[in-house]
Amino acid sequence: MTADHPPTRRSPTSHRWSGILFVAPYLATFVFMLVVPLIVGIRLSMTRGDLFGIKEFVGLDNFARLFGDPVFLQTVWNTFYFVLLTVPAMTLIGLALALVLNHQTRWAAILRAIFFASTVLSVTVVTLIWRLVLIPEGGLAAVIAGAIGREPVAFLSEQALAMPAVAVTTIWWGIGLPMVLFLAALQQVPRDLYEAAALDNASRTRMLFSITLPSIRRTMVLVIIVGIILQFQLFGQPHLMTGGGPNNSTRPVVLFIYETGWKQWQLGYAAAASQVLFAMIAIAAMAQYYFSSRKDAA
Amino acid sequence: MTGVSLSGVSKRFGDVVVIDNLSLDINSGEFVVFLGPSGCGKSTLLRMLAGLEAIDAGEIMIGGKRVDQLPPGARNVAMVFQQYALYPHMTVRENLAFGLRNARVPADAIEHRIGAAAQRLEITALLERRPGQLSGGQRQRVAIARAIVKEPDLFLFDEPLSNLDAALRARTRIELAQLHQQLGATMVFVTHDQVEAMTLADRIVVINDCRIEQIGTPMQIYRRPATRFVASFVGTPRINLVPVQVLEAGGTALARLPDGATIRTGVPFAGLPADPAMTLGLRAEAIRIVEPAAGSAGGTVRVVERLGDRTLVHVALPDGTMLTAEDRGDSAVQPGQVAGLAVEGSAAHLFAADGTAYHSDAL
Repeated sequence: MTADHPPTRRSPTSHRWSGILFVAPYLATFVFMLVVPLIVGIRLSMTRGDLFGIKEFVGLDNFARLFGDPVFLQTVWNTFYFVLLTVPAMTLIGLALALVLNHQTRWAAILRAIFFASTVLSVTVVTLIWRLVLIPEGGLAAVIAGAIGREPVAFLSEQALAMPAVAVTTIWWGIGLPMVLFLAALQQVPRDLYEAAALDNASRTRMLFSITLPSIRRTMVLVIIVGIILQFQLFGQPHLMTGGGPNNSTRPVVLFIYETGWKQWQLGYAAAASQVLFAMIAIAAMAQYYFSSRKDAA
Repeated sequence: MTGVSLSGVSKRFGDVVVIDNLSLDINSGEFVVFLGPSGCGKSTLLRMLAGLEAIDAGEIMIGGKRVDQLPPGARNVAMVFQQYALYPHMTVRENLAFGLRNARVPADAIEHRIGAAAQRLEITALLERRPGQLSGGQRQRVAIARAIVKEPDLFLFDEPLSNLDAALRARTRIELAQLHQQLGATMVFVTHDQVEAMTLADRIVVINDCRIEQIGTPMQIYRRPATRFVASFVGTPRINLVPVQVLEAGGTALARLPDGATIRTGVPFAGLPADPAMTLGLRAEAIRIVEPAAGSAGGTVRVVERLGDRTLVHVALPDGTMLTAEDRGDSAVQPGQVAGLAVEGSAAHLFAADGTAYHSDAL
């Protein structure tokens, strides 16, 4: 067949430019909103400065000072402790809820909406609700304790209980997202795999561990990584519920950064703490990704 | 060796009746094909045998044991799914072993069975691969191997060839037939493809609109279709169906075509319904192309399909009725030509208004 219209050939250069144009909006946003602030932050972390400007370049002095600062080290521990309390719990509870509510019934739909509803609330509302639940003077927890003949517990004032209380608040607030992600993943598992497993005489437990969990493994990695990244940035809940107390037991790194930068005006020191937090999140997420990828490849 | 018996089986989805009071016996070692159009209920029937759908009424027996109350895993049946349903995160070996481990078969017996099945289906080299690393045909073999290793009482196949290309489908059909001969197992196969049904089945169960239209051997189904639906569903090209008026001529039925031509059929007139308006059914091979004046009917050739070994000729009768006739592979017939049609009346079928078929005793 002869071609009536000669094929229009565009040069590789014009292809390259049109491709770059397509990604340009994202690249511009990425560079100006993330890369530039990161570089500015790294530069700031090596200076001593306040609201009125940078005073002097101090090299790694801010970092050295941070790792000798018991309050900062306490906030690092608090942050890890909080991530440890919340991420596994949210993953497991989110998965359990998704498994239970993965049915096309009206009640399942209503319960899915109820469990997801808390996610749309602001941190102010959530912490207000949970302060009302946890305060020892007439709070819901105190009423329940009274009903079973126990003394009310001051959850937010007890050093050992304050962080678990903040964690419970956070789990209640954020459980909707992992649940919805797991529900979406469960609905992607082909039904005939379960039917084949039923014909293969697999029990429900065996199906869970041999079919369901391996099929949603990627979503589980996603939930854990997103959870780690989000929970390392803990700020609003302790800020509004405990103010970081009692005795710094609920003060996370972000609250430390906020107070150092915006209350004590030590911008260089706060920027250094920000870089440490960035490194913590990056290492934790990458480690999780590395181990799950290795498992995938195995 | 295990036979299957369904008696008075019904299934509803809400108000919709999917299977209505169906009874069927499948002999031990028999290869039975459920054939019907999409949505006729054939897959539901298969799933009821597997235990993947509960029945609302009736009984299902496999090997003399009532199974309709048992879960799928307790029925000792194996099923090959349309999409194969291989466990994607397991290797082929693990896929084959999964059911056996659940049934607590000893490890050495599992290895032995997997080795034998893999050898039979030529998948030994694939045992350590995952389904995602296999082609469609290889997955299909693995799915069949997974069924074989279970040594089930009953094999169920749910349109397992529909995802294969034409060449592979033809090859796999032959392999399945050989497998059935070697294993001698009872097999139930669901398809909407009449070629699969005709080539594989010992008996075909033609299902339409949630009920059985006919049960019979492939040649019985083809030569003596019980209803107009069966006649039109089975056979390529589709059977010619022409409205006729039926008259008596020497004890057999004489069919008058819309253009006034008459065809003497072999159908006994005595058993026909009183209404003379019937439908004449003629397969293409019962109509031969002859010289224009020589045939019992004639018309203008519209389309010629050359298939190599034979030629299909689509002829328009004077009143516009289209008939498909068959001619030799080297036929010289051309579109636009006037052709005579020699009809083999003894091969004709007559269908009453309710679809019931009437045949010549010679068929």
